[in-house]
Amino acid sequence: MVQLTLPKNSKVQQGKVWTKPGGATNLREYRVYRWSPDDTENPRVDTYFVDMDDCGPMVLDALIWIKNKIDPTLTFRRSCREGICGSCAMNIDGANTLACTKGMDEIGDAVKVYPLPHMPVVKDLVPDLSVPYAQLSSIEPWLQTVTPEPAKEWQQSHEDRAKLDGLYECILCFCCQTSCPSYWWNGERYLGPAVLLQAYRWLIDSRDEATGERLDNLEDPFRLYRCHTIMNCTQACPKGLNPAKAIAEIKQMMVERRV
Amino acid sequence: MSKSTATRARPVSPHLQIYRFTPTMLMSILHRITGAALYFGTVLFAVWLVAAAGSRELFDFVNGLFGSFLGRLVLFGYTWTLLHHMLGGIRHLIWDTGHGLGKQTSTRIATANLIGSVVLTLLVWIVGYAVRGGF
Repeated sequence: MVQLTLPKNSKVQQGKVWTKPGGATNLREYRVYRWSPDDTENPRVDTYFVDMDDCGPMVLDALIWIKNKIDPTLTFRRSCREGICGSCAMNIDGANTLACTKGMDEIGDAVKVYPLPHMPVVKDLVPDLSVPYAQLSSIEPWLQTVTPEPAKEWQQSHEDRAKLDGLYECILCFCCQTSCPSYWWNGERYLGPAVLLQAYRWLIDSRDEATGERLDNLEDPFRLYRCHTIMNCTQACPKGLNPAKAIAEIKQMMVERRV
Repeated sequence: MSKSTATRARPVSPHLQIYRFTPTMLMSILHRITGAALYFGTVLFAVWLVAAAGSRELFDFVNGLFGSFLGRLVLFGYTWTLLHHMLGGIRHLIWDTGHGLGKQTSTRIATANLIGSVVLTLLVWIVGYAVRGGF
């Protein structure tokens, strides 16, 4: 359902402006979305000032700096700090990306940080990703075969292996998934770019023998065809992958099997 | 996140309010808006045809209305809407073949869509007035 405005309990309010660190000369302003399940307040945006002479260059560095030096209650996910785990996916400066690979020098003014868009918020910058995870499991992202298993491994030509390039690198951060307006309005029924890229990864795998069943599962006005080529997914992907292209390829497979 | 531990309803994180519009995102919504506006434009066109099939007086009245400054302004908008939506259709046709979906290419095609529709609209009206030989 298209709902352009936020529900009453989600309206964002003016938050607290935290005092500037003493003695610092090189300050960077951060405006960070806050919400806690433990009080009765609406979400708010808090303003922090980060001492850049004491902090690394990435947005994640600044968030960790804020948590260590100013406000230990600030909550966010992070792990690898090098763009391979996908934990610190969030909306920075109006676009979804990974906080660990987003340099502060790429952002002009105050750095605005929000959780991934149109998601239920667990706390602060932590969204509830249960629905996309369930959607991922619905496409059965594993190798499916009917022929007897070979004595050694399933073999694949170099050409067939190359078809998986640009697909297998996905780290499931859901930056693309939650950048898609179609997914915002129909997230319960539309599978979304991240899940469809995974679906294509198995459709195009020469070793997989469940292609027909996989396409049957996607042949649905909502699951696949809610993609309207808005292209936010491809613009957002922090790994430089192209979910929109993968979806276009699935749509072509649908047509090809009919003619 | 298997079991919810929330003590109260979770808010929905901001979306349209905070997402920075990209050219492709803007062109997508414009394609839809122009598509809806074409319904209205087609009604105008039908009114004109019905009037032509009706009587001389009716046709003169409707033609005069459409030919007025305000009428021409609406027709100018309808021309742009039609051409913008047509170019958007071609853009989607190209994308449906799996081409032009790269990050930069898709942005360029979307921008070209907007520029192209404005240029074509002006061209149609300039040619139109030239053929009529003035206002």
